[in-house]
Amino acid sequence: MSDVVERTLTALPSLLSSDPSPGRPSSTSKLGTLIRGITELTSKHDEEKLIQRELVSIKEQVSSPNTTMRQMKELMVRAVYCEMLGYEASFSYIHAIKLAQQGTALDKRVGYLAVSLFLNESHELLLLLVNTVLKDLQSTNLIEVCMALTVVGQVFPKDMIPAILPMVEEKLNHPKEIIRRKAVLALYKFYLIAPNQVQHIHSKFRKALCDKDPGVMSASLHIYLEMVTEKPESYKDLVVSFVTILKQVVGGKLPIDFNYHSVPAPWLQIQLLRILSLLGKNDRSTSEMMYEVLDESLRRAEMNHNITYAILFECVKTIYTIHPKAELLEKAAKCIGNFVLSPKINLKYLGLKALTYVVQQDANLALQHQMTIIECLDHSDLIIKRETLELLFRITNGQNVKVIVEKLLEFLRHSKDDYVTIDLGGKVTELAEKYAPDNSWFIRTMNTVFLLVGDQMQPDIPNSFLRLLSEGFESAEEDQQLRLLAVDSYVSLLQEQPARLPQRFLQVISWVLGEYSSVKEGLEPATVLRLLAPLLDLRHCSSETKSWVLAAMTKLSAGPACLSVAQELAERHGGSLDTTLRQKLHELQHLASDAELLRRVLPCSDGLESLEVDSSLSFLDGFVSEALAAGAAPYKPPHQRQEELAQEKALSVEPYGLSLPLSLSSSSIAGRLSPTVLSMSSGLSGNSTELSPKGGSALRLEGVTRVWGKEGYLAKAALKPEEAAKTEVPCTLSVLQEGGSAPRTPVVSLPAPAPGPSLQAEREKQQLASCLFVGLGSQGAAGPCLMGKAEPTRHGFRKKVKGQGSSSGAREPSGDSASSSHSPSPLSAQSAMDNLLCSSPLDSGSTPSPADSAPSPADSAPSLADSATSPVDPAPHLPHDLPANNRPCDAQEDLTEDTDTSETVVEGNSVAVVDPYDPESLCLSPHLPEELCGLPRSEFRPLCRDASLVLSACCVRTDHSSLLVVFVSNASDSAARGFALQMTSGDLEVSRVRGGPEEEEEHVEGHSVAVYQYSLVPTRPSVHMELAGRASYQRPDGEPQSTPFSYGLSLPDFIRPLSVSTEEYGRLWLASSNDTKQNLALLSQEPDPLRATLHRLRDRLQLNVVDIIASEGIVACQLLQGPPCLMHCRLNAGCLAVWLRSSLPELPDCLLYHCQRALAQH
Amino acid sequence: MMHFLLLFSRQGRLRLQKWFTPTPEREKKKIIRDMTAMVLARKPKTCNFLHWMDLKVVYKRYASLFFCLAIDDQENELLALEILHRYVELLDKYFGNVCELDIIFNFEKAYFILDEFLIGGEVQETSKQTVARCIEASDMLQEDDNSDWYDVELFG
Repeated sequence: MSDVVERTLTALPSLLSSDPSPGRPSSTSKLGTLIRGITELTSKHDEEKLIQRELVSIKEQVSSPNTTMRQMKELMVRAVYCEMLGYEASFSYIHAIKLAQQGTALDKRVGYLAVSLFLNESHELLLLLVNTVLKDLQSTNLIEVCMALTVVGQVFPKDMIPAILPMVEEKLNHPKEIIRRKAVLALYKFYLIAPNQVQHIHSKFRKALCDKDPGVMSASLHIYLEMVTEKPESYKDLVVSFVTILKQVVGGKLPIDFNYHSVPAPWLQIQLLRILSLLGKNDRSTSEMMYEVLDESLRRAEMNHNITYAILFECVKTIYTIHPKAELLEKAAKCIGNFVLSPKINLKYLGLKALTYVVQQDANLALQHQMTIIECLDHSDLIIKRETLELLFRITNGQNVKVIVEKLLEFLRHSKDDYVTIDLGGKVTELAEKYAPDNSWFIRTMNTVFLLVGDQMQPDIPNSFLRLLSEGFESAEEDQQLRLLAVDSYVSLLQEQPARLPQRFLQVISWVLGEYSSVKEGLEPATVLRLLAPLLDLRHCSSETKSWVLAAMTKLSAGPACLSVAQELAERHGGSLDTTLRQKLHELQHLASDAELLRRVLPCSDGLESLEVDSSLSFLDGFVSEALAAGAAPYKPPHQRQEELAQEKALSVEPYGLSLPLSLSSSSIAGRLSPTVLSMSSGLSGNSTELSPKGGSALRLEGVTRVWGKEGYLAKAALKPEEAAKTEVPCTLSVLQEGGSAPRTPVVSLPAPAPGPSLQAEREKQQLASCLFVGLGSQGAAGPCLMGKAEPTRHGFRKKVKGQGSSSGAREPSGDSASSSHSPSPLSAQSAMDNLLCSSPLDSGSTPSPADSAPSPADSAPSLADSATSPVDPAPHLPHDLPANNRPCDAQEDLTEDTDTSETVVEGNSVAVVDPYDPESLCLSPHLPEELCGLPRSEFRPLCRDASLVLSACCVRTDHSSLLVVFVSNASDSAARGFALQMTSGDLEVSRVRGGPEEEEEHVEGHSVAVYQYSLVPTRPSVHMELAGRASYQRPDGEPQSTPFSYGLSLPDFIRPLSVSTEEYGRLWLASSNDTKQNLALLSQEPDPLRATLHRLRDRLQLNVVDIIASEGIVACQLLQGPPCLMHCRLNAGCLAVWLRSSLPELPDCLLYHCQRALAQH
Repeated sequence: MMHFLLLFSRQGRLRLQKWFTPTPEREKKKIIRDMTAMVLARKPKTCNFLHWMDLKVVYKRYASLFFCLAIDDQENELLALEILHRYVELLDKYFGNVCELDIIFNFEKAYFILDEFLIGGEVQETSKQTVARCIEASDMLQEDDNSDWYDVELFG
């Protein structure tokens, strides 16, 4: 068959080369005329004119009331044609929808087609289609139903899915298989765009899987592939079915209709193989069920046709993914060999791809084919070459690194594709950092990368490079040599042609010269200054780069020679419009003339190791609390903000925005409080000026160094706090001591904005907040990864793998650079375990490490104030402020929580002398169901009350569920009839577990307590979760009574320890993708801070501490009925560097928030 | 999962475009430009696969027409090649000795066939007979329709 096609098609060019033969396209057709007209035109300009004319005429006709539907159909086809050529015909969209709605079946078909081509899912006009689709789904005409389902499977507005879902579901039982198949595919589409909507019909998917029509069954496999990818463990019971189906397909049991070039249902086979590989991964017993059918597939697929190769390739992948079986591996290896050696270039490509996939498990296979690989490396086809490089990248080690990197760089030199350049640049850097054979090679290679990749480079490359340089590794001698080499090469680069260097490289050069040019003997600072100065004149030199250059110059400016350079510069650029530049020039000039001050502000680099960084920015506490006192809104991390937004809608006890002073609001809260709460808050409102509630705590907790936004460093934003600090520079500076050790002098707090919340001050505050906390979201996964290889972990500043023997414990106290190797290969799980997966979690500039804090690339505007104040730990400056700031903050939170609950009840209720809300006074514990006694539970909290009923609740944690136990105490004499509780929550799934005496109508007798239990399952993790409810019953006088209430829960209520072995942990780690990294406060006063901190987390948040080795610990937990969340902790410079991973994107962020809170509470 | 399918001539003229994932107009134009440039620049005896951003592009030339399909990185390239081939077979069955002109002048038919074969970026129906039957059934609807612009027998 295909031969026929190919022959026909190859014979065609002769036909086509001549002008369209007369009679082919209908001459009467307007479309034909248009198309022919366009083909005859030669210039783009003429074409544009013609089409515009055409569009005008179409527009005229579609809006005319006299146009019939048939004409409309014709017009629509012409409009589609114009759109295809790239001319917008948006005026016709609405008419396409109209056509689908009003036309006859055939018009409809064109209308639907036009809609699916014109509009995408998010287009608002699609809403107008919903009714039409609904109508057609109900049509008795099968073809109309088909059309509706087809359009639904392509474009449908997400929000409107519920409207048609029941109808589509119903179609799953339709007698016609084509309708069933299209319905399944429509559901697949729904699953992709809104998985939650179709959760309830999983059982129907199973039915589709068992459909007697193979077409319907294979359509359902699309859904299964998605679901299995997400959660393989839930579908293990289906393995037998999948295997049986595959066996039948391979055995040729399907109708011949499904054959493709006499291969039975290849698409179906491949889909099944994929599902099986996911199910058999890391699961021996499941894998064993598949061996036979895989063997069979390999054996059957022997015909020499592309489609059989496609099946073979998939088979090989599956065999290498599931639990290995020697016999199958052997066959698969032979298969790969056939691919690689094939003269057909497509197969060779696939062979290389397969080799890349398996090489980590079977390096020998690459060895066997080394000659072929070498040939491919010089292949004329760049795609083959690129694939070969990918393979080489996977097999790089200490010995072959030079060659492979050379090959990669060679490719990089000729690459014109930005995407490839960035990708390969990252790969070369990774290899160079991991395997560099010597220092000069490393510097040379990195120079080439900086030059070739230029400014598109991923920002973490220069970052980790500088980090490596500053922190060093192994011996101090080598470090010095490395720095010397870097300085040498940069000096010569600057002497040659600095104008050609990319910005990022210039930044790196400036920093290195500023820091380390003293390493080179005989290199005068003034010489370096003269080398750097011309960079300021370069036109393409960005303001950011200039800041780097000037920062470097400032560090070096000692001696009269430098002063003269500084003055020259000041004269030349003094009139610059760039205020940052002028400011820095001014600093430079000032410091160059005052050696004493310079030494104090920028101590020599010897003291770098002892620098401590206050990542909590506690030195800003004073500033923050003053700002707060002046009425600024406390800072909240984004997730919290969202939560509170929701709360604020219900309750207005939180201070609104900026206008309402905090003290006022807290006292007004207090006025409405019950006595117990009042007493608690009175102490608090007393020192309301010191109050830095959530703002203070959040500020302390969130690391601040994430100044990298999506677009890179936010230089301008970061400037503001410096400038604020600058107004009192001499004063601030005076308390800094030499050597960077923490000064003991009580510090003058940072200048606060002028008293009285003027508009200007507020804007500044907003800017401060936005620049300090911008980009707090977790960064996306780094590096593209090929064919399911474990995501290549960036090894940051770990360069060599020499000290293999030295365990991770034998590290120098300050650094972490020399930790032992960690290979991403699954086979070296042992080594990965030793390290506790120690790929330094803090490589992307999220933590200020000792040495690079001031000048790290993340901090690319290392200005005077920056390098002077922030790296030096000013925490001890505020020994009294700190706890003071913390305590009220906790109290405040409790306060607001309590107010939340009482607020709802306050309506028309007098405060009793004995607080009737106090749940403990109601003695509820005896009413707790027996089976729940002894389980961990929260305190009893009041929900609501009215004249006769008091509702309280507590949350009980069992191993597999979280239960909300609601106590309804009826203190009156008469029974409350028809009592009912309703609860809803956006974040939680609430289901009743066991109730009072009756199911439907319930009565709460006088002087009794009824207990209701609800099981809570989070639908998505968030920091706080709110449960809204309503209690309704009939009062004795028959009047219906209804009281709303709410109950707040937090994430830890739904976190359970996850017990895994270290090995399992390693596997899980590689399987999870959503990263969050952060520095946490360490309980440093404890004898074993790491252990103490982890145990605190364990106790507070129910985490399981899997293992602690030396300065690292791994912790695992699990969301209730949800995925695991893994945490890797490492001691780093006096704080706990944690790296969280989970398959659920929000989970790490939320958990981190609670970790911070758990550690902040003393 | 497939992302888009483009059909264009040797001169780089677009004949058909189908987007399986929502793509902004600007991006579409850029992709079309990139694809025609990249595919047309390929030399003979090179493989039928390309990289584009993080996608794989599988292309094949049939007579004067290039068929170009973008798939996810982890998809099977050979299988994608067969998808293109099956589409050509379907067109051939419908038009009978299909040529570029058939697709130019009856592009909406080509879309109809495509919609029966692929949907939402996945293969919907691989059986040639079933797809043909389905298209035929829909075409039957027009029996009573004497459209003059619509002309199936464009060639003899």
